[in-house]
Amino acid sequence: MSLCQEEILAMRRCRRGSKGAFELFVRKYMKEAYFIALGLVGNREDAMDLSQEAFVRAYRNIKQLNPQRRFFPWFYQILKNLCFSHLRKRRRRQTSSLDATDCPEVGAVDDSFEPEVIADRNETKKAVWKAIARLDDKHREVIILRHFRNLSYEQMAEALFCNKGTVTSRLYYARKRLKELLGSGKGGCINEVS
Amino acid sequence: MKCHDYKDLMMGYLDDELSMEQRGRFEEHIAGCGDCAKEFEEFKKLKAITDEVALVEPEDKLWEDYWGSIYNRIERGVGWILMSVAGILLLIYGGFKLIEEIVKDPSHVMTLKLGLLGLIAGLAIMFVSVLRERLYFWKKDRYRDIRR
Repeated sequence: MSLCQEEILAMRRCRRGSKGAFELFVRKYMKEAYFIALGLVGNREDAMDLSQEAFVRAYRNIKQLNPQRRFFPWFYQILKNLCFSHLRKRRRRQTSSLDATDCPEVGAVDDSFEPEVIADRNETKKAVWKAIARLDDKHREVIILRHFRNLSYEQMAEALFCNKGTVTSRLYYARKRLKELLGSGKGGCINEVS
Repeated sequence: MKCHDYKDLMMGYLDDELSMEQRGRFEEHIAGCGDCAKEFEEFKKLKAITDEVALVEPEDKLWEDYWGSIYNRIERGVGWILMSVAGILLLIYGGFKLIEEIVKDPSHVMTLKLGLLGLIAGLAIMFVSVLRERLYFWKKDRYRDIRR
């Protein structure tokens, strides 16, 4: 995949410490970053904070990025690591707070997945959103990239540092799990679709 | 090829990522395989309902302030680094002066002076040891030259 001239020039200036040049990357990818973070962590405040923090870290470490590589896949690794580490901390907090009250149930990851982040809320969409929240991190990741950001398999492979075969395989298992969570049998969400 | 081997083609077909030849191969397979055809139908329904879920777009104001927030964080980060470095330097200088005064002051007992010198020597040895260990592992790190 070829790099556009604008990104190459901006990258050179960024490496020399230009904040103005970095602004170009922020403006180009801010929506992408916010929505991916929103898909991964499930609430707006955290998504905004984590996506901005990812840009700050990218700016500080811009010299580590090979100038021949595209900005976004590299940036995506930073964003993803931040989101997953945030989720791990959240799960630990939920578990320890529940332990303290002797609750037998361990906090599920979807506890913080706000239904308010979905544009049109009906029961099926809310159920889909909750099911996505219950997927493993690596499965949720491919669903978010494919369904919410419309990335092609090639773009996903580049962002995930893997090959297209791995992308399709992860998508298959992610969707299979989603299908199980939503119920494809009689009375399940999937059967409501004509 | 077994049914399991068609899972990649099934995903590619759903997401419109296949060549004409691959599409033909997959269609041919599901025409003769009831299980795969059923699974494919379920995946199609799942994709339809998942595609309908859209995330709320934040207000325009948030996008307008987005870069400003990042700029402030970057600037504050530089401020923190400067402040921390200056703080450490001042602490070292202050500590050094204090110790110098205690050591030179004849009114303080020898035990205190020896104790202080021992503490500094211990800290210095520990610092050098940790530094040497870090350097050793850094040199042996196979991934240190990998650039993303």
